Amino acid sequence: MGLANSLDAYLVLSGALFAIGTFGFLARRNAISMLMSIELMLNGVNLAIVAFGSFIPDLKADGSIIALMVIAVAAAEATVGLAIIIAIYRNRKTPLVDEYDAMRR
Amino acid sequence: MRGWLYLLGAAVAGAVVTTPALLIFVFGGGSVDDALFAALATLMLVSALMVVTMRDIIRCGLAMIVAFLALAGIYVVVGAPLMAAAQVIVYIGAISVLILFAIMLTQSKAAPAKLVFQTQAAPAAVAAIILVVLIALGVSATDWGEASTRLRLATDTLARILFRDYVLPFEVVSVLLLAAVIGGIFIAKREDEDPA
Repeated sequence: MGLANSLDAYLVLSGALFAIGTFGFLARRNAISMLMSIELMLNGVNLAIVAFGSFIPDLKADGSIIALMVIAVAAAEATVGLAIIIAIYRNRKTPLVDEYDAMRR
Repeated sequence: MRGWLYLLGAAVAGAVVTTPALLIFVFGGGSVDDALFAALATLMLVSALMVVTMRDIIRCGLAMIVAFLALAGIYVVVGAPLMAAAQVIVYIGAISVLILFAIMLTQSKAAPAKLVFQTQAAPAAVAAIILVVLIALGVSATDWGEASTRLRLATDTLARILFRDYVLPFEVVSVLLLAAVIGGIFIAKREDEDPA
């Protein structure tokens, strides 16, 4: 039973990618860095879905199809998110999220 | 002089990526798939760490492309070549380019380049490490009822299922994508009366 033939290896790898994305989302100051971290997290989840679809016989093609849908929704999310960041940048002239404090003052 | 430094860096990066793969290839029974998996996983994790830790955000974006490419390779190893193609086309071809353009549109020189992390970076790192440990424990403690080897699915079977059983979700997602693109253009559009 090799590494490439065990579902656990893929799931742990996807968990590690998700955790790296979580760290980036919580720790970075730049709004676009946070969006990139979200993309990493989505990719981690996608890897888990594809691995399940490739190892569980009952799922057949469903895993790959769900993952394709997730990719499409992620593309929509990236479009809207980047547009919002560009709109905020035009008003506030900074990409740093801790300076978006207009509602706190 | 600069050129030699770049060559040295490339050699170090190549050594970091290939060492675990070689170790697994030699001590793990000589399976090429295992070695490929180890190399691609190392490449993906290292470049993902570079995405979240590097100072220069444009380099973060380029490291993200490397991470996506390594993940496409892992999709090939797991036996989903269509997913690998979609990953390369959508993530590397579209989303990465979109993010790189957004980086170039929003980075000003006035933004302090020194402080890339929030003050809660250390607790966030601890939380992420705890998260990955919990996921690893949960995964290894669960019996998924999985097959002992990868199941390869022919792409024409996948297409037949996608366009027959899942044609309604497919259309809904296409409408969602169209609505998101129109909304994105509307949000990012410059107002006419805005002098800037």
